Amino acid sequence: MRLAFILGEIGSGLRRNLSMVVSVILVTFVSLTFVGAAGMLQLQINQMKGYWYDKVQVAIFLCSDGSTAAGCATGPVTPEQQENLRALLESPAVAQYVNDFQFESKDDAYKQFKEQFSNSPIVDSVTPDQLPASFRINMKDPEKYEIISETFSSQAGVETVIDQRQLLERLFSAMNAASLVAVSIAGVMIVCAILLIATTIRLSAFSRRRETGIMRLVGASKIVIQLPFILEGVIAAVIGAALASATLWAVAQFFLGDYLSQQYPDTAFISPGQTLILAPALIGTGVLLAGISSLLTLRRYLRV
Amino acid sequence: MIRFENVTKVYDQKARPALDSINLEIDRGEFAFLVGASGSGKSTFLRLVLKEDRASSGAVYVAGQNVAKISSWRVPRLRRGIGVVFQDFRLLPQKTVFANVAFAMQVIGKSRSVIRDTVPEVLKTVGLEGKENRLPHELSGGEQQRVAIARAVVNRPGILLADEPTGNLDPTTSMGIMGVLDKINQNGTTVVMATHDDDIVNEMRKRVVELKNGVVIRDEARALYTSMIPVVGQSRRLRDASGRDPEPITVSAASSRTGAPAEVRAAGEGQL
Repeated sequence: MRLAFILGEIGSGLRRNLSMVVSVILVTFVSLTFVGAAGMLQLQINQMKGYWYDKVQVAIFLCSDGSTAAGCATGPVTPEQQENLRALLESPAVAQYVNDFQFESKDDAYKQFKEQFSNSPIVDSVTPDQLPASFRINMKDPEKYEIISETFSSQAGVETVIDQRQLLERLFSAMNAASLVAVSIAGVMIVCAILLIATTIRLSAFSRRRETGIMRLVGASKIVIQLPFILEGVIAAVIGAALASATLWAVAQFFLGDYLSQQYPDTAFISPGQTLILAPALIGTGVLLAGISSLLTLRRYLRV
Repeated sequence: MIRFENVTKVYDQKARPALDSINLEIDRGEFAFLVGASGSGKSTFLRLVLKEDRASSGAVYVAGQNVAKISSWRVPRLRRGIGVVFQDFRLLPQKTVFANVAFAMQVIGKSRSVIRDTVPEVLKTVGLEGKENRLPHELSGGEQQRVAIARAVVNRPGILLADEPTGNLDPTTSMGIMGVLDKINQNGTTVVMATHDDDIVNEMRKRVVELKNGVVIRDEARALYTSMIPVVGQSRRLRDASGRDPEPITVSAASSRTGAPAEVRAAGEGQL
C-alpha cells in the first residue's frame, strides 16, 4: 500500500514537473556522456597498450650511404660490423633482455615500405639503397629499452637506436590529454546537474507543499514524505545515465566498430561490449549525484 | 493528556515572549477553549503541542511524554496521536472528499481495505454521507471543514487541536461544526480549540483558558467567553484582554503607570 502510494506520488511529481525533469535528464545525459567518453579513452589506451606493446620493437638502424651519425664515420655498415653487432646481441649480457631479434635487410625494408605506403606516390621515388638495414629486437621487458640503447648507440656501424614504444607514448599522451579535457567538461556539467537537480526538487517540494504539510500533520514518516522527491531526482538521473551509456555504446558500435576500424584495420579498437562495463559506473554516478543533491536540498526545504 | 510546566517560548530575544511561564493541564477527554486576542499565544500553544516548535524553557507533556525528549524520527508517531483542524481547511483541491480523508491513512501506511472500511464511517460521523465523490470546491465552507475534521480524526487520535475552525464560517454553520467537535469529544477525544468566536464559547459552556500576551489570565470550567466573576478591580483588565469593553471602570494612578502585562499577570494568578 505504502509502496503503491509512493509510486503514485512519484508519478504525479514527474508529470507536474515535466520540463524540469526533462532538463535534469538532459544535463545528466550530457555530463555522464563526457565522463563515459573519458572512460572510453582510457579503455582504448589500455587496449592499444596491450595490443601494441607485444608488437613494438626496439630497432637498431645500421649505417647506410649518407649517414652522418658518429658511429657511421667509416661509411655504410660493413658485413664485419654487422656480424659484431649480431654477436653482441647474442652475448649473454644482452640476450637476457631479448626475446628474439631478426635482421631486416635493405630489401626487406623496401618491401615493408612499399606495403605501408602503397597508396602514396612517395614509393616511386624511394630505392632500397635509401632505406637502412636494421636489427629488430623484441624485448622481454620493454621498459629495459635504455640498456639496449646504451649498449648499441656507440657501436661502430650503428646509426641510431629507436624505441618504437616512444612513438606510441606520444599518441597515448595525446589521448590522455583528450580524456582529461572530457573529465574537466564533465566536472562542470556535473556541477550544473547537481544544481539543476536541487532546483527541481525545490520546485517540486514547493508545488506540493500542501500535500507535504498535511503529511507531516497526520504523522507520515520522513521516508514517506521525502522518498518521492529523492526518487524523482534519482529516476531522472538514471534515465540520463542510461541515455549516456546507450550513446557510448552507439559510438563504439557504429563509429569505432564500423567506421574507424575499417579506416585503420590494424588498430585494436574497444568493442561495444566493453563500453557496457562503463554503464553501471555511469548509472551509479547518476544515482549518487541525484541522491546527494536531493538530500541536501530536502534538508533545507522539506523539514519534517 | 496535555501538560505545560513553566513553558516559555521566545521567538525573538528582543520582543516579549510568545508564551511566558505557562502552567496548564488539560485532561483526557476534556474539551477546552483557548481564547484571547491575536498574538496572545494560542497558536504557539498548539505548535508546541505538535512539536512544530521547541519550548525555550519548561516542559510540554503530551500523552505523558515530554515532547522535548522525543527524537526527531519519532515525531511522526507523536503527530499520529494528534489531529489538527485549521481555519482554512487545507484540503487537497484535486482530490475528492473520500480521497482527502483517505490520504491521511495512506501516508501512514494503512491498508486499502482498512481505508475502505474506515473512511465512510468517519464521513458519516461528521455528517457527509453521500458526498464522498465531491471535490472540495463543490462543497460549502462548513462541509469543507467537516472533511478537514474527518481527515483529522480518521486515524483515531487521542487529541484534536482546532485552530479557529469556525473562523471562516457563518454562525449557523459554525454551530454545526461545534456539534461535530462535541460528538468527537464525547467519543473520548480530547479537544483543544483556539477561537475568537464568543457566541460559540458562550453556547458550549466548556472549560475556557484565556491567554493574553503569552500569559494565562483566566482558566474556568463551564465558562463564558468573558469572565463571569464580577471582580471590580479585575473586570476592567479582563474586559480589556478580551477586547470587548475598553471603557475603564476604575483607573488607579498606580495601574496606569505600571506596564499592562505585569498587571494582567497578577490578575491571572489571582484567579488561578
